[in-house]
Formats: sequence, C-alpha cells, structure tokens
Amino acid sequence: MRLSVVGISHHVAPVELRERVALPLDRAALLARGLGDAVCLSTCNRTEVYLAGDDELPALSSLEQLAGEPLSSVAYRMHDEAAAVHLFRVSAGLDSLVPGESEILGQVRAAYDAARPGPFLDRVFRQALALGKRVRAETAIGESPASVPSAAAALAQQVFGDLTGRRVLLVGAGRIGELAAGSLSARGASIVYVANRSHEASAQLAERFGGEAISLDEVPGKLGDIDVVLAATGSPAALIGAGDVPSRHKRPLFFIDIAVPRDVDPAVGDLDGCYLYDIDDLEAVVAETLAGRRVEAEHAERLVALEAERFKEWRATLDVVPAIASLRARAEEIRVTELAKLGELPDDERRTLEAVTAQILNKLLHLPTVRMKEAAAASDGSKYAEAVQHLFGLEEEKR
Amino acid sequence: MAEALFWPALFGYGEAVLAYSSARFTRLGTWGVRLGWLAQTALLALQAARADGFPWTSWAGSLNLFVWLVVGTYLIWGCRPRFRLLGLTVMPLVVALFVAARIGGGTATGDRSHYGNLFLVLHVGFVLAAFAGFTLAAALAGLYLLEERRLKRRAADILRLKLPSLVTLEQLTTRAILISVPLLTAGLVAGFVRLRQHGGGIDALMGVTIAAWALYAAFIVLRPAGRMGAYFALTGFALVILARVVLAGSHF
Repeated sequence: MRLSVVGISHHVAPVELRERVALPLDRAALLARGLGDAVCLSTCNRTEVYLAGDDELPALSSLEQLAGEPLSSVAYRMHDEAAAVHLFRVSAGLDSLVPGESEILGQVRAAYDAARPGPFLDRVFRQALALGKRVRAETAIGESPASVPSAAAALAQQVFGDLTGRRVLLVGAGRIGELAAGSLSARGASIVYVANRSHEASAQLAERFGGEAISLDEVPGKLGDIDVVLAATGSPAALIGAGDVPSRHKRPLFFIDIAVPRDVDPAVGDLDGCYLYDIDDLEAVVAETLAGRRVEAEHAERLVALEAERFKEWRATLDVVPAIASLRARAEEIRVTELAKLGELPDDERRTLEAVTAQILNKLLHLPTVRMKEAAAASDGSKYAEAVQHLFGLEEEKR
Repeated sequence: MAEALFWPALFGYGEAVLAYSSARFTRLGTWGVRLGWLAQTALLALQAARADGFPWTSWAGSLNLFVWLVVGTYLIWGCRPRFRLLGLTVMPLVVALFVAARIGGGTATGDRSHYGNLFLVLHVGFVLAAFAGFTLAAALAGLYLLEERRLKRRAADILRLKLPSLVTLEQLTTRAILISVPLLTAGLVAGFVRLRQHGGGIDALMGVTIAAWALYAAFIVLRPAGRMGAYFALTGFALVILARVVLAGSHF
C-alpha cells in the first residue's frame, strides 16, 4: 500500500489561488469520499489530498476543477515516506505560515474525522495526530505569541495570570485595537469601556464586547477601576499622562500602547505598579518569541524524523502481511481438516483438542511471523515472503 | 546506610538543578526533586529510628531537617512545570544547605536524641517548618522582584523565559507566609513553655526569631502589596538566615 499526497499551500501558491481551492469541511470530506480512500485537508493556507494509493491524478484533477486552471506547475506531489513526513510536519505545525501555530492540529483532526478513511490512512493520520500532540507537549513551539495583539494579551497574563474578570479600557476603535481587545477578551478579560473620538464607532465596538462607550475626556476618570488600558487611537498627541493615573497601592495597571504616535506618555511606565508596553516593545517581544519558536522547531523536526522512521518500518511490514495471512490461513485450514477426520467426539474432548491444536499452531507460527516482520523492517521482507510462499506452497494455493 | 541514602538524595536534588536549567527537561527535574526527597525522607526516618527519638539537635542536623521541609513545601506549592525558574531558585539553595548539613555531620546516624521533652520536639519541628515556608516565600518574592524588573524594563525575552505572573507570585508568597506564621507561633509557644519548665534566658537566636515573627505578623496585618510585600518577605528571610546559619550554634 502506498501513501500519496497532492496539493497546494502558502509555500507554492498565492492567496488568490488558495482561496479558489479552499473548501469547507463538509465539501472537503465529500471530495475525499469521491476519490476513494482519501482525506482532504483544506485550510486558509493549504488544500491537500492524502490518498491510500499511488494514483494522485484524479485528486489533482479535482483541485484543478476548483481552481479553474492547471495546477501541475505549482502543486506538490509526494509519495510514501516523503508524504508521511509532510503530513507529520503539517500536524506538528512546522509547515505553517507561523511555525508552531496550534490551529492546524485541530484542522487535521477535523479532516480525518470527516473523511473516515480506511485502515491504512487511519493508521497514518492517528500517528500524525499523536505526533502533533507530542510536539506541543514536549516543545515550547506553540507557547509564545506570534502577533502583536496576542503578545499584548500574553503580556497582560504575565502581570495578572488568569485574565478572567480583569477589566479592560479600550481607547480607540480602530482595527488593530479591536484585534488586541479580541485577544484579551478571548482569554477571559472584560472590555468594560470603549473610548473614541467618534461616539458611533465606540458604541458599535462596545456593543460587540458588551462594554460601555465613553468619550475620550472620561478616560482619566476611569483609570482607577480598571486593570488594563489598551490604547490605539490616531491621535497626534498623548492622551494619557502620568498625572492622570491614580496611585496604585494594591493592584497593578497594565498599559498597552499600540498607537503611533503614542497615546500614553512614557513617564506612565515609571509609576509604581504601572507597566507600559508600546508598539516597538511589543514587536521586539514578538521577534524574540518567533526566534524561540525556530529553536523549538529544530527539536520538533527531530521528533518528526523519529516518527518518519517508525512509519517506514511499519509500512515495510505491510509487504509481508499477505504472506503471513496466507500462511496462517493455510495452517488453520489444515488444523480444521485434520480435526474433522476424527469424526464424532464428546464435546469436552473436542473443546480440548481445539484448544491444544490452536495453541500449537500459534506457538509454531509466532516466531516466523515476528521474524518476517523484522526482516521486512530491514528491507528483506519481500525475499522472506517469497520464501514462505514457496516453502508452504501458498502461491500454488492461490492458483 | 545513611551514606547510601544521602548520596541519592543529593543526586536527585543536583539533577533537578541541572534539569531546571533547560525548559525541555523540567519534568526530569521534578522527578529528581521527588526521588531526592524520598531518599532524604528515608534518611531522616533512619536517623530517627537509630536515635530513638528526635536526633536533629545539632545545627547541622536541624539544617538537614530544614532542607527536607523546604523541599517538601516546594513539592506541595511550587513544583509545577510552569514554575521552572522557581525550582531553579530553590534547588541550588537546597543543594548548598544539604551539603553544609553533611559537612557539619547532620546527615550521619548514631546521635542519641537529647529531646525527651515533647514541647521541645514540637518547638523545633514547628519552627523549622515555619522557616521552610519563609524560605519558599523569599524565593517567590525574589522571583517577583525579578519579573517586576523585567516588565518595567520591557525585556524582549519576557515571554520566552517565562516566570509565573506577578499576581500569582504575590499570592503564593502571601499564602506561604500565612501558613508559616501560625507554625512559627506554635513553635515559639512550645519553646517558651519549655523555657518556663526548665528556666533560662533569652539568647540572640531567640531574639532574632521573635523579630522575624514580629515582621511576618506585621506582613499579615498590613498586607503590603507589590514590591513592598516582596521586600518584607526578603527582610524576614534575612532574619531566618541569621537565626538558622549565623546564630544556630548559640542556641543548642
């Protein structure tokens, strides 16, 4: 049995092409079933089809139909070990745009669940999913944030730990502020106030987060009862000065200033209990964590290599499986035939004979079975399989 | 036999120090702490059995018991993969104190128990348990100050070399002190009862211990937050070190 993969990803295809072949989960599963024993993995960064077999042309044709153009110049096609390594790297997050991103493992699982593949692909995908989990457990590849909004939220967690119930004041209703607020909100923080020059925009955003819209003039008055200030306006001058911040004896106050020019006076960062990160600080944190991810990726690649070796050994044993199955079937047939020759026997005697002969058979065939699998893993499997078939006349049986 | 237990314990703690230096081997470090602590527990049990009582009467012996309590406290409160740097703070101290206890003869067997008095056993046990808690609190406070400084300086590697959050460190420090102060109080009361029974005056170590108690009691009353709380915990720990290391010989 061969493993094949055909597809396109962010490495080889621009987004205009990727979006044409991107499929929702149900349609991806439908496509896979139409191709036989297959799994179609479709995300915003890739659409690829994994097949049990070596004929990937129907799968490529299906993708070309979706794309509306030939894909042979951009699509990648891999077989056997190379295809397995590719799947392992994908599920480990090593092939992602941001190495180590965690969503891909869930997407691989969803594609596998939806396609319900046959035993061969089932085994390969279970191995890939287990590897993906192991990479996340044994390396820190997915722990650090890879974008400014997620870095801002992760830094807030460095101050407060669990963000559940932490109160956030969002100053500015722009896109980047909204993203950062979304990241904080996803980690349990409450966006309690949204301040903006335009009341309409702040009201709209406040409604989305379940907060209250306020004017920019009200911001200093609210600093006493919140934990995080997220500033992202287009204001030409600083909106929050050191004098606006009430003294913080018991609770820290964390400022995230992603505006350029800055919304928060840098002197605020010097106040006791106040922590201030501007856009440059956040970008430096992201650059550092991405560098850390690359180091962790090297460790993850070693885990992938180990799994690839296991896949290779397992696949090699498949070459001898038919010979083993034939040998066992032949032995069982002889056993049953010889027992039948004994004619009528009391039930307890027959049961004893059944058990004893089955045990003898199993013990006799155990070692050859193990040895054939070992030989297969060492690339001598086909020779052993042929020898067994010849010695026991299994080929003649087939004929 | 004591030798056969001391070295595995030291090996476990030492291995933890090395393993905690890399995020990849944190779990290995935790196992080192666990196994080392089990070996040290067996060592203490052996010492107690041979002495037929409470054998940790010398400064070195009580240091051995103190190390065991510190590691036990760490295992209960701080031994989590996310708190790797806490382990990296506590375990080197543990190794140094454990080696000092051995050099002073505190890990050997054969000493007879001089503590026939229950109040004295309770006194030493409670005081040492409290000191172990204060040691952990000081380690947490040290980490708080380090993390606070990194946040203030906006260190780029702050998410790569992760410490527990400021709030978590502050809560754990407070909790360690809240649990340790009643233990120290009980230990002091037991000591005073014994002092009343047998007579004797207040020595320097007792004076310093009472000062430490007063400081930690003030911590509980005032509940200083942030850096101030950390400074409180570290000042208290300086008194603990003074009592445990500098003045220990003057009390026994």
